[in-house]
This record gives sequence, C-alpha cells and structure tokens, in this order.
Amino acid sequence: MIIEFGLYALVLSLATAIVLSVLPIIGARRGDANLMAVAPVAALGQFVLVTIAFGVLMHAHLVSDFSVANVWQNSHSLIPTLYKVSGVWGNHEGSMMLWLLILSLFSALVAIFGGNLPATLRANVLAVQGWISAAFILFIVLTSNPFLRIMPPPPEGRDLNPVLQDVGLAIHPPLLYLGYVGFSVCFSFAVAALMEGRIDAAWARWVRPWALAAWTFLTAGIAMGSYWAYYELGWGGWWFWDPVENASFMPWLAGTALLHSALVMEKREALKIWTVLLAILTFSLSLLGTFLVRSGVLTSVHAFASDPSRGVFILAILVIFIGGALTLFALRAGSLTAGGLFAPVSREGALVLNNLILTVSTATVLIGTLYPMALESLTGEKISVGAPFFNLTFGLLMLPLLLAVPFGPLLAWKRADLLGAAQRLFFAVAAGFVIAIAIWYLENGGPVLAVLGMALAFYLMVGALTDLWLRGGFGKVPFATALRRLAGLPRSAIGTAFAHFGLGVSVLGIIAVSAFQTENVLEMKPGQTVEAGGYVLKFEGMQRGQGPNFTEDRGTFSLSKGGTSLGPISSSKRVYMARQMPTTEAGIRTFGASQFYVALGDVMPDGGIVVRVWWKPFIVCIWFGALIMMFGGFISLSDRRLRVGAPSRRAKKAAAPALEAAE
Amino acid sequence: MTRKQKRLAIISGGVGFIVLAVLLIMFAFSQSVSYFYVPGDLQKADVKPGTRIRLGGLVKTGSWVRGEGTTSTFEVTDTLSTVKVTYTGILPDLFREGQGVVAEGAFVAGNPVFVADTVLAKHDETYMPKDVADRLKAQGVQLSGKETVK
Repeated sequence: MIIEFGLYALVLSLATAIVLSVLPIIGARRGDANLMAVAPVAALGQFVLVTIAFGVLMHAHLVSDFSVANVWQNSHSLIPTLYKVSGVWGNHEGSMMLWLLILSLFSALVAIFGGNLPATLRANVLAVQGWISAAFILFIVLTSNPFLRIMPPPPEGRDLNPVLQDVGLAIHPPLLYLGYVGFSVCFSFAVAALMEGRIDAAWARWVRPWALAAWTFLTAGIAMGSYWAYYELGWGGWWFWDPVENASFMPWLAGTALLHSALVMEKREALKIWTVLLAILTFSLSLLGTFLVRSGVLTSVHAFASDPSRGVFILAILVIFIGGALTLFALRAGSLTAGGLFAPVSREGALVLNNLILTVSTATVLIGTLYPMALESLTGEKISVGAPFFNLTFGLLMLPLLLAVPFGPLLAWKRADLLGAAQRLFFAVAAGFVIAIAIWYLENGGPVLAVLGMALAFYLMVGALTDLWLRGGFGKVPFATALRRLAGLPRSAIGTAFAHFGLGVSVLGIIAVSAFQTENVLEMKPGQTVEAGGYVLKFEGMQRGQGPNFTEDRGTFSLSKGGTSLGPISSSKRVYMARQMPTTEAGIRTFGASQFYVALGDVMPDGGIVVRVWWKPFIVCIWFGALIMMFGGFISLSDRRLRVGAPSRRAKKAAAPALEAAE
Repeated sequence: MTRKQKRLAIISGGVGFIVLAVLLIMFAFSQSVSYFYVPGDLQKADVKPGTRIRLGGLVKTGSWVRGEGTTSTFEVTDTLSTVKVTYTGILPDLFREGQGVVAEGAFVAGNPVFVADTVLAKHDETYMPKDVADRLKAQGVQLSGKETVK
C-alpha cells in the first residue's frame, strides 16, 4: 500500500509542477498578483510531494521490500543499513529520484529566499523550474518508475553492485547533484530575464549566490568522486578523463566562468548578454551530462541498465530545453543593452580572459568527449580519446589562466596597472621558485618541468595570499590594525583568496604526483620486502576473512621507515556472495600529504602474490585543495552583500532583516 | 584607446586564442587517438608496429598462461580469428576466460604478439565492453546471456 502511496505522491507532484509551469507565467504577463502568488506555494507543495515519494522509496529499501523491483534488483537483506540508504540512488530509477528531489529542493529554496525578488521575476523563475521538474517527473513516471512491483515477491534481493558498497555512495551523488542541479536556478533566472527582456546588475546579484552555492557543491562532489574512484577501484588513479567524469567537469568549468562573469555584471553592468548565455550553457552542460550518464550511450559504472526509450526521452528533454533557451536568447539578446566600458588591462579584462580560457577549455573537453560518439554514429569507426588528448589540449590551454589567476584580484576595475600588479606579485614568483627548488632538492631531483609546475603551484598560493596581505596593509600599518582591516574585508574577497589558494594546492598535488610518484608491480612471498618512497613494505601473509555479505582474502603487510615500525597496512580481494563478483580493496596509509598505496593482484601457483605498490607524494593536496576551494565558496556565500537587494538598498531594507532571520 | 580599438583588442585576442585551441585540438587528435579493432579487422587494416590501438574481443578459453613474475599471455578472439596478447601487470578483477576484454597497446615490429600496457574488463560481472559486443554481433558471433551488454 505504502508503495502505491509513493507513486501517487509522485504523480501529484507532476500535477503541481504543471500548475507551477503555467499559472505564474500567466500571472506575470497580466500583472495578476494572485496568480503569481501561486508560484511559491506550488514550488513548496511540489517539494513536499517529491520528498514523500522519495521517503517511500527509501523506506522500501530500508525494510528490504523485495516486492518492489527496484529494491529487489539493487539491495540485499544482509547489506549494512548505510548501504540500504545510499543504495536508493545507486541505480538508475533512484538516482533520477534524487535528481528530482534536489531540483524540487532548489525550487523550494528560491520560493523561500526569493522574497526580495520582483514579483514577476520570482514567478517566472519558479515557473521555469516547474517546466524542468515536470519534464523530469514525466521521465521518471513514464520510463523509470521506481515503484514497480513484482509478483510474487522474491525472497532475496540481487544485491547492490559491490563497487558501490562504500560510504562514498552516501556522499558523492548528493553533493554532485546539489551542484549539477543547482545550476538549474541560474538557468531559470536567465530564461526568466529573457522572457521579461530586462536585465541589470541586480539580476547578477540575485543569481550569484545560487551559482556560488551550486559551484561549491559541485567542487566537493567532483573531488569526492575522484577520491572514491582512487581508493575503491584499486587502480591508483584519481582522474581518468572518462566521459562520465568529463560530464561533471564541464558544468564545473562553465560554472566557474559564470561565477566570474556574474561578478563583472554585478559590479560594472558589463558582459550582460554573455553572462545570461553562460547561465544557460552551464545548466545545458548539466543536462548533457545527465543524458550521457543516464541514457546508456556510454558504458561505465555510472550507466546502470539502460533502455533505449530512456535515452530518447532525455535527448528530447535536452533538445527542448537547450534549444528553447538558446532560441529565446537569440530572439531577445539584441534587446539587452550593452553595459560599461573598460580597458583591456583591467579587472574586467582579466575576468574576460578567465571566461575566454574557461569556455574554450570546456569546449575542448566537450569535443574530446563527444567526438568519438559522433564519429561512431557517422562512420561506424570506433576510436578512443583518452588522457593523452586531454592532458595535451586542456593542460596547455589552462596554463595561461593559472599564470593570470593571482593578477585578477590585484587589478583595478575599468583601467589597471599591469606592471604595478606584476611588481606586487614579485614576491609570489620568487617564493614559488624557492619552495619548488627546495622540494626538488628533497625529492633528489626530477624533471625540470616538474620544478616549473611546482613553482606555478606555490606562486598561485602565495599570490592568493598577496591580495589579502596588501588589502590588510600588512607591513605598512601596525599588525593589529592590519588584522582588523583583514577582518573587515568583504567576505567575498576572503572567499576568493581561499578559492585561488585551494586551486594552487590542487595544482601542487597534481604536479607532484605526476612527476614523483613511483609504481612497482611485483610478486611477493611472505617475509619479502619492497621499498617505495623511503618506506619499506614487508609482506606478512594472507588470511581469510568474512564480512556481512562477502568473503575476503586479506594480505597483511607491515610498513617501516629507517628501521622504525609504522604499523600494519592491508589490502584484500573480496568476493561478494550475491553476485559472485570480485573486488579489490586497496590498502592506503597517509603520511603528511603523501600516501602509500598497496593493491593485491592474483595469487600465484607457488604461493606468492602479485602486489602493486605506489608511493604517491602530495596526492592528498589534490582533494585538500578542492576542500579549500569549497570552503572559500562558503565564506563567499556568507557575504551579506549577496543577501541584500542590489540597486535600491534602502528601499529593500525592510525585507532584508526578515530574510536574514529566515536563514 | 578608443572604444573601437578596445573592442578590437579584446576580440582579436579572443579569436587568436580560439584559433590556437583549434590547432591544438587537431594536433592532439592526430597524435593521441587510438582506434578500436577486433582480431578479424587486423588483416584488412594495416596497423603499423608501434601504433597504439585498442584490441577487443573474448578471452579465448584455455589460452590464459601466467608467465614469469607478473607477465601473462592470453588470446583475444572474435571466434573467427585470434590474436595473442602479452601483458605485464595486474589483470583486472573481472578478467576471465570466455569473457569480454579490451587490451590497449601496440604490436612490436616482426612479432605477431600484441603487447598490451592496459587491460580493461570493467566493473561488473555481466558487463561486456559495448565496443566489443557491437563488433562481435556485427561479425555474426552468438553471445550467450553471460556477456550481455549492460
């Protein structure tokens, strides 16, 4: 009964979404306040209904109700509770439900926090959210119904894919979707503004927090996915340029560009048309990603059982939304007035450079991802575009951006002094080289390119701090005064510094691990040792073990350095019983920012075992840098300027405190 | 600078960068794209030694031999023709005889054995690389349910 109730709630949410799609727009056209007032109510109602439907599905997974096909296919009565919960979205239907839940959540948030928006804009934005919701609910109900029953109910489930039985599944998809789907709000704002034909600095100020929030979550989601793949798959790699990874990376790149161009629009009223276009493109890339991952055109761990009708349906959604938005853009963009002027060398100029490089890089990734599919469908020829392609193109194209990042915040709006900024960055450049050479010395040499790369990373970090240093006036005014000034800086400036610093940290990790990691594949017998990164690994022996739903062969090793024991490290081969599927659990020990990584291979006939041993210097920096970027995003989000109405601050004063109280 | 010159400077910079990117992409495509073959294609296609390709098919039953240390050899077949492959390293968990596999690597001059540096047999026991399944079907190979495309 309860299952049917969930389906009923889902169908009702479709009705609500359709109401939300239609009435507020009519209201906005006619200036009917009552019709426009339907929007927030419908958005909240839709969120409640979708939450009920999602809750019902989760309940079915928690109690292992195998009469539901979705639970039967993707769960097992023996798996730990955490995996029963996260298993809800570890399959096609459930992950679409999560997608929808988060989309509805964002609509509800716009309804709640949109009190300071003009009534027509709010009505239109929510209506566009309603269109997207309606399309996806329709998709779920028609092609991916998670509430289908099977009769008679099987006694036992077919288990969750063992690769997904990890805490990563509880964290990575929700974070990723919060980012992916969060950009829908920017899209809705862009479409609503185009419908009204009016767009100004205030629009950018309203959009920026949403873009920032989505970007922050997407950063965290991608980093989490990368770390998960790194430790779970046992291949020791952290990024494979797999089409599915690219699918999430492209909205991130475009979203990063959007954040920066919205800044120009907010402060200087320039780049309006471009920013609106970027808002549309960013969410279009999210939709494209959803299509690539969910339609089954790609084979990967993310593409669960696929069905051609789903692919066609998502493709239709993709074409209607992207095509529709771009057509609207083409019709209306001409009527948007161009904004402020600026010299090529200025803060605006730097942000234009940022946008140019980010969008061209996004296009490169897009081409590399889609070209093999296009070629195959046109000529039938199958090719693979892998890491070498992306490293060469994307890597080289991003290089000038990385060099320019520290300059951005140091340049003045309208017209800036490039030489002056370069002089102020002299310390950052020098510090970068000194630290990089010191590390090069400690690592006993290495390629020259690695030294240059690490110098770049430290230059980014010190450069990010330089802005704060100069703004606080450290070294010029007493230290306490400078600290006070620093605390008084707008939060967005501090957030920027953090995000740019985090970028430097990630770059450091990427360069260091590419240049200095060591890999060793060998056969080991008990008692045998191998050395990597100055650490000595000794193979102690194999043991059999038993988990709740798997059996494992565990290889135990001990680590030591310079004769001092550092304790055990183990890696195992598991066989999950329900699916008879083997997986490898890597053994990882972290020392500072570096990691020692062991993965087991096959047992040899003579009793030895094949072992893969990596030393991965500074690898943790890759994800730690992303965490710092995320932290910068949150600091920037807390900037109160983002929450106060832009142009007529006084008139909005009454609304602002209420808003803050609500948060 | 006048308004016109400013705009010109920004636009020409942008166009220059895009041209550069396009050239780079074309260069990268010519350098680092690997083609996919099943064993039956190799007679027709003239694959030069040293050219990176991806070789897909089924691991021939009974062909998997573990050599010294971590080197193994096996045969990849599309049931019509067969290519011998050698690989040094750890084979993926799901590598099994009779199941789908994709080996990446190149031929060495004067030797019919394919030297793989990467072997993929992906995430799932019912998974068969789509490339492999499509081509095997095109060659008229009957697939049992076990290797269904997922």
